[in-house]
Formats: sequence, C-alpha cells, structure tokens
Amino acid sequence: MTPETREFWASAADGDLSLSECQNCGLVYYYPRALCPDCFSDDVTGRSATGEGEVYSYSVTRTISGWPEDDLPLVVAYVELDEGVRMMTNVHADPDDVAVGTRVEVTFVDTEEPDVAIPVFVPVTDGESDG
Amino acid sequence: MSEEPVYVAGAFEHPTREAPESSTMQLHGECAKHALADAGLSKDDVNGYFTSGVPEYEDGKPTLLMADYLGLDVSYMDGTDHGGASYVSHVAHAVSAIRDGRCDVALVTLAGRPRSRNQATGSGSRPLRSMQDSFERIYGVTNIAMYGMAARRHMHEYGTTPEQLAEIRVAASTHAQHNPNALYQDPVTVEDVVESRVVADPLHLLDCCVITDGGGALVLVSEDVREDLERECVEVLGCGEAAGHHQAGRIDITRTAAERSGARAFDEAGIEPADVDYASLYDSFTITVLETIEDLGFCEKGEGGEFVEDGALQAPDGELPFNTDGGGLCSNHPGNRGGMTKMIEAVRQLRGEANEPVQVDADVAIAHATGGSIATRHAAATVVFGREDR
Repeated sequence: MTPETREFWASAADGDLSLSECQNCGLVYYYPRALCPDCFSDDVTGRSATGEGEVYSYSVTRTISGWPEDDLPLVVAYVELDEGVRMMTNVHADPDDVAVGTRVEVTFVDTEEPDVAIPVFVPVTDGESDG
Repeated sequence: MSEEPVYVAGAFEHPTREAPESSTMQLHGECAKHALADAGLSKDDVNGYFTSGVPEYEDGKPTLLMADYLGLDVSYMDGTDHGGASYVSHVAHAVSAIRDGRCDVALVTLAGRPRSRNQATGSGSRPLRSMQDSFERIYGVTNIAMYGMAARRHMHEYGTTPEQLAEIRVAASTHAQHNPNALYQDPVTVEDVVESRVVADPLHLLDCCVITDGGGALVLVSEDVREDLERECVEVLGCGEAAGHHQAGRIDITRTAAERSGARAFDEAGIEPADVDYASLYDSFTITVLETIEDLGFCEKGEGGEFVEDGALQAPDGELPFNTDGGGLCSNHPGNRGGMTKMIEAVRQLRGEANEPVQVDADVAIAHATGGSIATRHAAATVVFGREDR
C-alpha cells in the first residue's frame, strides 16, 4: 500500500470499488495513480464503479507453490467493468461456471487490516450471460 | 540508409544448460571470452559494455559489478533491464553509441542459472515487489496464468485452437533434433503437446519454454574496427523498441508491442516483413510466438493460427523459418531471458553456421524479444540483421 493507493483499499473495505476519474480529460482508469496517465493532470478524484462487468479472459490455476491449498483451484481473470476498464482479479466460482463473457459482480474479501479489503468477483446469479 | 554501418563481429552461446558448479559471473566471463575470440578481438579492445545483470545480486549496478569482475576499461556502459528483451535493446543502444563515437567495440553479455537455483519462475507465487503487484500478484496470478489468459482471449476472438499453438512447439522440436546442445532434442507431435499436462489452461506443459542455466554474448563493432577483422560479419540494419502496458485499463492482451517495435525496426532497415528470410521469435510460450507473428506483420491479426498450421515455421523451406536452434521452447532460455539466444541464432543463420539440415538461404534475418508479460506490461525489441554481401 502506498499513499496513492490507500484510498482505493479503504473504499474496498467500505464495500465500494473505486475507479479514478480525471477531471481534466474525463478518463476513467484503474489502477489508481495521482497523475492521469492520459493527460498528466493531477485533478483526479475517486469514482464508485457499478461493480458489474463481464469476464474478458481467465485461466484456472490448479497448483501454485506458496498458495493456500484450500483456495485452489484458483480462477485468475481480467474482468471488463461496465465502465470499460479491464482489471485483473479472481472470480470466486467453480471453474466450470466461468467463461469469457460471463456476467460478474464485485464482492470484497476482508484482510487482517481493517482499512484494506480485496475486490474479487462472483458470477451474477440472475443476470444474463452470453458466455 | 546513410548512417555508418555497425556490425556484429562476434557471437557465442554457452553450451551448458545446467551449471551447478559455475557462478553466474563466471558464465558471463566465459561468454565474453569466446565471443571476443570469435570476433578476433581481445578484452583490451572492449570500450563499451552492456548487461542487465547478475540475478543472484539484487543490489543493482550490474554493469559496474561485471566490469569489475571482467577487468574492463570502458568509456560506455548500459544496464538497461526489461527482462528478456534487454539484450536486444542493448544491441540497439550499442549501435547508437558506436555511431556517436562513444565506443567502437561493444560487448553485450547475458548469464543466469535458474535451473541450478530451482527457480520455477512462471509457476509460483512470489512476494509483492512493486505497486502494480498489489493489483495483480495478490490474486495469485503467475506468469503462466497471464499467458494463459492471453491465449484464451486469442482463441475467443479469432478461433485459434490449442492444436494450432502446438504446431509452434512441433516446428521448434523438429529443429532441435539437429542441435546437440538443445535441452530437449526429441521431436514431438501436436498430440504430444495437447495431451501434456495443463499448466494454466489453455496452456499445456509443452506450450512453455525450458528453464536453463547458461548465457551468451555478442560483440558489435564500428566500420573502422570491422575493416581490420578477418571474420565474416553481420550488419545491423535496423532496431526498434516499444513498451506495452495496461493503457490505464484498456489493455488488449491479444496484441503486443511488437506492432510498434517491429515497424520501427523494419522502417529503419528499409525492408518489409516479406523481405525476412529467417526469424528468431521470442518463445516464452507458444502464444507469445503466435501473437508476435501477427504483430510483426507476417500475417493479419487473428490469422496466426492458420499461418503456423501450414508448416510456415519449418526450416529450411517454410514461409517463415523460425528458431532453428530449437529456441526457448526446446533448446535454451538462459536466465529466463531469451533475447540473447534469439540474436545469436539469427547471426548463425546469416553466417551460414546453423545446423546443416535447418540452414536457411538467408540474406535478411530478424530477432525479436519480449520482456515481462504480454498480459500486463512488457518491452518489445526487434533487430534486423543482414549479410554483408546481400
């Protein structure tokens, strides 16, 4: 965690997926940075994402040294949020229920630190899916 | 091109693939010694030095550590480090330094010992080392999983199949059987690849490169130095570099920065992809090769699968003979960094020193490297080499 990213993690701990929005050029981006990566403006504010999107791509990891056995298999994925931003994440689901295009929504995994939670995704149970 | 020509005068690939009794610095030194001997030059001729490191030492300062170890007296140093593409960048930078008169004999060395050090890089978790890691590695994403995601998206958008990716390994293994130093010398079939263990779906074990100890070195010289050498040399016709990254969340993992590094190198060399007789292509994974073929312009985006299916990569008669030493998939990927060996095999091809059954009638060859991960951020570096008498 750095001073630039503290607000992102704290928002997650409050149940909010925060994107950065440049007030100069309008770019909505992820991961958080103090300067807009398109125009270098420092007039950047946090903006709540809807938290919904679809799986852009994924891979299932069945063995990974140094990772808790209980968390395997692990679905690592890029999710494309409805805001258009692609973020690396996990999809917490049976690998057989995940495909490119699966509709997903954000949820948060608590950590030992109260000001930090980690955004992950789960399939939308009653939503549409083109996957 | 009116600029002063710069030549590769010496090249050496260390024959070892596992060196438990050597130090990494020693491997650098052995590569330097033999590459200089290959050029017909001595250590005292070297006045430019390029390397990106000694992986055991995380303290940085690689050029300084190695200049001390090798006893070099240099007027130009460059420790550019962007993974496996570093060494191709070093050649690009050496060309500029030689043309600027800052040095006239440039030595580039690579060495590493991941096999002896049991670094199953690509497949394990690791501590968070950068701010970006806290948005990526915390999710348990490994290097292989990143390339797996790239492969899956390519399959989704373009209908690429695991069998088509397997053709890339098949071609490399066909070439490796003629390389007595290759780690794996047995030819494999498409079935062997797609029936091998799934490491990070949709990628199988045989979609992945080898992990080897070893190294390599190149010696680049000015035209004045070249005139005093007996050795047949290879001319550097053009170079290009580019960075690919998240683009603030707009990343497209079916494309690589080879689109830009390749265009820059081809433009500087004044050639088109169709002019390339032989290609050394970075092959950390089969998907790396497939995307690179498209991005360098050897076929349209999305048509790489069909391109490799028709035997295009097979030497000596395919449309685009590639990695005739067996590449990183079968022969060597020293230090988990494949850029150096890609250039060395391209030089061998142009000097007529490839293994006989895979020797290509080549006037123009390219070497392309990818450092980092195509699914997050990576450096791409391309170099075009030509025969002097082309």
